[in-house]
Amino acid sequence: MDEVLSVRGLSKRYGQGCPACYELTGPRFETNLCPRCGSVVAAHDVSFSLYQGEILGIMGESGSGKSTAVKCLYFDEPPSAGSAEFFDQGEAYQLFDLNNAQQRRLANQRFGMVYQNPHLGLNFDISAGGNIAERLLMSNVDNYAQIRQRAISLLSRTEVLAERMDEMPRNFSGGMQQRVQIAKALATNPPLLFLDEVTTGLDLSVQAAILDLILEIQQQSRTSMIVVTHDLGVIRLLADRTLVMKYGRVIESGLTDQILEDPQHAYTQRLVASAL
Amino acid sequence: MKQQLVLSVEGYSKAFSLHEQGTVIPSAKDVNLQVYSASLTALVGPTGAGKSSILKGIYRTYLATSGQLFYTMQSGKRVDLVQADEHTILTLRRNEIGFVTQFLHFLPRQPTELVVAQPLIQRGRPVEEALAVARDMLAAMNLPRRLWSISPATFSGGEKQRVNLARGLVAKPRLLLLDEPTASLDPITCERVLRQIEELKKEGIAMLAIFHQPELVKRIADRVVELEPPLNGQTQLEDIA
Repeated sequence: MDEVLSVRGLSKRYGQGCPACYELTGPRFETNLCPRCGSVVAAHDVSFSLYQGEILGIMGESGSGKSTAVKCLYFDEPPSAGSAEFFDQGEAYQLFDLNNAQQRRLANQRFGMVYQNPHLGLNFDISAGGNIAERLLMSNVDNYAQIRQRAISLLSRTEVLAERMDEMPRNFSGGMQQRVQIAKALATNPPLLFLDEVTTGLDLSVQAAILDLILEIQQQSRTSMIVVTHDLGVIRLLADRTLVMKYGRVIESGLTDQILEDPQHAYTQRLVASAL
Repeated sequence: MKQQLVLSVEGYSKAFSLHEQGTVIPSAKDVNLQVYSASLTALVGPTGAGKSSILKGIYRTYLATSGQLFYTMQSGKRVDLVQADEHTILTLRRNEIGFVTQFLHFLPRQPTELVVAQPLIQRGRPVEEALAVARDMLAAMNLPRRLWSISPATFSGGEKQRVNLARGLVAKPRLLLLDEPTASLDPITCERVLRQIEELKKEGIAMLAIFHQPELVKRIADRVVELEPPLNGQTQLEDIA
């Protein structure tokens, strides 16, 4: 199996920071607010590797740092410390050492991101098809007919009616907006996809359809994915391996069935017990 | 066929540390056993003796508390399943080690035949071919044809168990773990399952199985390992910390 991503010691701190920030925060102190300087340690010392075709789950409650980790990897936020190496088509990229243009290129062409909030992932001022076209244009596909054809095939794959591709995303239901976001993320056939709470807040039946779609994509394209969620059901369904985060730290990691059936950490035990 | 050592369980123990309750629940204790190719090792013993804990430990659904689980891979390389990294375990699960659990876990909304074909598809077999093999096995397991195209979600216990067995058996892993494979089956289906197991033995597959009925053990097992429940009951978490 080929490694796609290797993350080592990823940390993200908001605020001025002081030498005690990392020592005085975390699960042991039940806070991620530094008592000395008031900085927020959103994530600290997050390490993992991701292989081709694998789905890694990052599970945790609000404020555990799970989204922060993914946002750093997608270049939405600069990390405070740590490294991430991305392996693609025979090249290795130190993600946080790249310049802005290089980061944009990777984010546009080799990564896909689906946010919980469709407003973050979609441009609401242009049509559904236009959203996909935008991403293709940034990847140097500029033949109009080709772009339109690709948009139609992506939208039909994610079960958005092609007849509606010229409509604005605001006309769509929440589930449809997520599908358009997924279609947009898939536009360039990225080898790495980030999914941040993609089913949160949707109707159960819509959630099921979106999760089925994600599994289908993974099986057909062998796309590697990082799935961030607070939902044990989503983890159980999608993830091969899971990291559990709390107060910005990874408190436990393992094979998903092991995390769910033989959790080691007190917090994970409580989490699993309350879900069943 | 020459029998080769496939799995050696050495001093395996499993205890659950429950933080909320502040207790340690012992399960399997200092278990030693061997599983050979082309043969079946039966695990017997009363409920609570840790039989399932051993199977789950081998599959890494449980983390061992102590001991070693030496598995000899297809390549001839020996690996301790307790220590092996997660990707090695995932690869072994896909290619070499199969597990028929007591309860069927399946992806929702998938037709039964696709559930059963899944292990073959994951190894890269074309979907149509995998489905054909799956249908043959479902027929062998005596599952009515009208059920093949619907999800097992609404199936009875016995029907689910047949799906579970079919999925475990089509995969033809090198090492097959079976947790009470015939527990909820009628005598006819039970007989068919036993025949399948005998067939797998002929093909060289190593099996470790939990059985409750002595007559089944007598008929199908080449080796029997009897487990006792751990003598001391639960302890306080801080006692052993």
